Amino acid sequence: MHMTRQNLAGLTLLAGAAVLAGGARAQGTEFTNVQRGRYLAQASDCISCHTVKGGKPFAGGYPLETPFGTIYSSNITPDLATGIGNWSKDDFYRALHSGIRKDGQHLYPACPYPWFTKMTREDVDAIKDYLDTLEPVRAIAPDNELMWPLGWRQLVAGWNLLFFDEGEFIDRPDKSRLWNRGAYLVNGAGHCAACHSPKNMLGATDRDHALRGGDAGESWFAPSLTSHERDGLGTWSTQDIVQYLSTGANANTASAGPMTEVVMNSTQHLSKQDLTAIATYLKDIPAHDTGQADDHDGDDKAVTQEVMARGKAVYVDQCMGCHMADGEGQEDAFPRLAGSVPVHAEQPQSLIQVVLGGEFMADPAELPTGLGMPGFAWKLDDRQVADVLTFVRNNWGNKASAVTPEQVAKVRDALHEYGPRHERLISQSVH
Amino acid sequence: MATRMKPVDVVLVGFGWTASIIAQELTEEGLQVLALERGADRATVPDFATTHIQDELKYAVRGGLFQAPVRETMSFRNTSDQVALPMRRLGSFRPGAGVGGAGVHWNGQTWRFLPDDFVMRSHVEERYGAGFVPEDVTIQDWGVTYDELEPYYDRFEYLCGVSGKAGNLGGRTQAEGNPFEGARSREYPLPPLERSAGSLMFDKAARELGYHPFAAPAANASRPYKNPLGVQMGQCTYCGFCEWFGCGNYSKASPQTTILPVLLKKDNFSYRTGCDVTQVVLDNTGRKAKGVLYYDLEGREYEQPAQLVILCAYAQHNVHLLLLSGIGQPYDPVSDTGVTGRNYAYQITSSVDAFVDELINPYMGAGALGQAIDEFNGDNFDHGPEGFMGGGYIALWTTGGRPILQHRLPKGTPQWGSKWKKAMAENYLRSVSISTHGSVVSQRGAYLDLDPTYKDIYGKPLLRLTFDFHDNDLRMSDFLTGKAEGIAKAMKPRSINVKKRTGPYTIVPYQTTHNTGGAVMGDDPRTSVVNRYLQCWDVPNVFVVGACNFPQNHGYNPTGTVGALAFWAADAIRHQYLKRPGPLVQA
Repeated sequence: MHMTRQNLAGLTLLAGAAVLAGGARAQGTEFTNVQRGRYLAQASDCISCHTVKGGKPFAGGYPLETPFGTIYSSNITPDLATGIGNWSKDDFYRALHSGIRKDGQHLYPACPYPWFTKMTREDVDAIKDYLDTLEPVRAIAPDNELMWPLGWRQLVAGWNLLFFDEGEFIDRPDKSRLWNRGAYLVNGAGHCAACHSPKNMLGATDRDHALRGGDAGESWFAPSLTSHERDGLGTWSTQDIVQYLSTGANANTASAGPMTEVVMNSTQHLSKQDLTAIATYLKDIPAHDTGQADDHDGDDKAVTQEVMARGKAVYVDQCMGCHMADGEGQEDAFPRLAGSVPVHAEQPQSLIQVVLGGEFMADPAELPTGLGMPGFAWKLDDRQVADVLTFVRNNWGNKASAVTPEQVAKVRDALHEYGPRHERLISQSVH
Repeated sequence: MATRMKPVDVVLVGFGWTASIIAQELTEEGLQVLALERGADRATVPDFATTHIQDELKYAVRGGLFQAPVRETMSFRNTSDQVALPMRRLGSFRPGAGVGGAGVHWNGQTWRFLPDDFVMRSHVEERYGAGFVPEDVTIQDWGVTYDELEPYYDRFEYLCGVSGKAGNLGGRTQAEGNPFEGARSREYPLPPLERSAGSLMFDKAARELGYHPFAAPAANASRPYKNPLGVQMGQCTYCGFCEWFGCGNYSKASPQTTILPVLLKKDNFSYRTGCDVTQVVLDNTGRKAKGVLYYDLEGREYEQPAQLVILCAYAQHNVHLLLLSGIGQPYDPVSDTGVTGRNYAYQITSSVDAFVDELINPYMGAGALGQAIDEFNGDNFDHGPEGFMGGGYIALWTTGGRPILQHRLPKGTPQWGSKWKKAMAENYLRSVSISTHGSVVSQRGAYLDLDPTYKDIYGKPLLRLTFDFHDNDLRMSDFLTGKAEGIAKAMKPRSINVKKRTGPYTIVPYQTTHNTGGAVMGDDPRTSVVNRYLQCWDVPNVFVVGACNFPQNHGYNPTGTVGALAFWAADAIRHQYLKRPGPLVQA
């Protein structure tokens, strides 16, 4: 067995790229433009969906599970035959801005063009310049496996008519430059709302409830990013958000699942200035209405004393060694649960995922350890997982809906189907 | 015919503590470093996860993390007039296999040797006269001093997040610490672990007798810790499954919990598992290594060329490789010439069980949770009237209360049946053990060489261990045991059980995995394999690192010193050897 770590050397961000990209609009030399393009490709997290673990970066073939079937990402290396080597900048801009491929066919909105449309032409061109410097890889993605009649791409035109607002981001003059930069990154390249918002039956983001938390696919739930104090970032400072996006962890929590991919592949590479901009924008989103009272006299009747007692027993046996009796975790090591934002997520799927499948913290150079939590799928049954999570969500001042064994069973099925998400992380070397 | 692999700058044999430290240091110089590990890849999660690691049968009894004698072992005899037989089960000592090496399943007892230990022969001869050292005892000075190693001890302790209390800060004695220790440049990185009930009883009894008990230094994190490499450790949970287990809580220092998260991300580092290195390949002058030969698990042979070969395997394994490779003249006990295999030593231990009235809760333990005294270690007391050399610490450890192996019963208890059950019920929660941890001198009759009869799976001669305790050490151990008995009695127990160490040495019952010597360091090429920088005298591009460098064994667990030596050697390579490859010391 010959082991070497995942080698992504070609993608490592060069020092200085972050500085160059900090909102720079001016066209520089070809080299600096490519640097800027790489930075923007990282901000857009292209690599997460366009790379299969163990495969060539950006060569596509990654399966995106949607409620409508599986869509395989395309090859965006500059291979002439199978990639986008023969796409002009106009072609590429049309894809990102309007969701139309070079051949005139519609992209499925699994590619976040409804957000990329906000990006400036210069930024999109820079990304293309960067992609053109990659090693061309000859790779054809498998055919999509979509339910009838969605294989017919023309249907997307109707979807676009209903849900797609084409158009670049327009600065709000009443807001600061930092806010506007943040809004541009969150709603454009970063496409945060793609996961963090509720979606309608046709998979379109509910823009009236943007960033209130939403389905992140494969039974993961992306929690709310509004300023709600429990179910949101209300208690986080700008610095807390910056620290989380740079390292995947802060004093309140640690990232998991798809968000760890986002941190490792995208946000850890962003300049502190851009992260501050993102945080400034997020902090300005008002708290949403959770429909729950804020006092702790829980209105979820399922949070009974009996469930809490059973949950506590599991917690003491299985969780307390790291997360501690007071739920405060260990500073500089294991994440806290008391008052933790993701613990209060409206939907508990991600918590269930972490308990069943285990998890590794992000391990960027700034915080290299990648502390791991073992999976409990083999050890705890659905009710035990539901009990302990209900306990965690309603102890130490926490307050959130009870977790049911049925919810656990559903996530367990998803875990069987897709496997633990951390096993697909393309960058991690865990010990 | 061996497949030739792509050359690297540095090849490390083994991937435990010393290899991890040296790899981390040398990759900082931009060198391409490769580690070859005989065992499997292992990570905290999933391999040592808290969900399953507390399995005493699998790990402690059946040796889940140890070297497998069916693949690799040695032969043993007490004296050179006997015929050695292969060791088919691990008993007395339990080397590790796999990434992290024995650094995964150790307890975390992280000591420094005493300043006098590093100059043992000259110190003993100066204080007690040359005639004090028996003729057949081959103790010698290390060639490196405590003061030289101090910064490297410090680096290892801060790497590991050692929990403890300094007894000597820059020459100033500190209350609650070990007043006999060498001067430290700063306090331990973390405060001592919480004291166990047993520790407090020992502390009280020892103080009543006028001793200076202290919290033993532990590489079990008493608090969450972030080390100088930025690697995070969790706080120890006192689960009682340290020794012979990996730590699932990231609390016990190991390569995995202190170095690998940083090292494994480096593009100029790689490692391969399942690689049995069988030989260092020398060029036709015999003065330069070209690389190493190894077999993979399918029995295919490879040659790995390298500019620099560093042996970082377990102590005896390093010596075996030197002998198989023809590096250094093999030791001949008859003529007392040659160096490779010379000065093998071990550790001499004993214990006194005390059955007490107090509730002990033994299962709340940690590998290095203990209270110790150092009054009778090294040369901390006058050996003149005693007529022996060396010493050891006396400690009460609360490492755990595992059901199969960690219980104590009064003398005379039947080994089964209702009386056994009754005694177990009465004593499991109400007994402690005080142990002694003694030094072992090196001597002409204790050495490592190639077995003339038995071969390993590759057809190479097994390593042969010839060892018995020297009379000096048995007398020293009796002395220590007597002192331990005194402390046990001061605890006013219901009864005690004194377990002396008697000769001859046997490899059957577990004692300690503290095998030392065989490739010792020193200033004289006639009595050492490596110079003070752990560089082979004969083959300057081969370094050998580990407890095999100890010229004799002292009264402490070896890992602290092994870690310090690894940093010391890495520093010499970084700042001296790389600038001018060649001998760092002229013979």
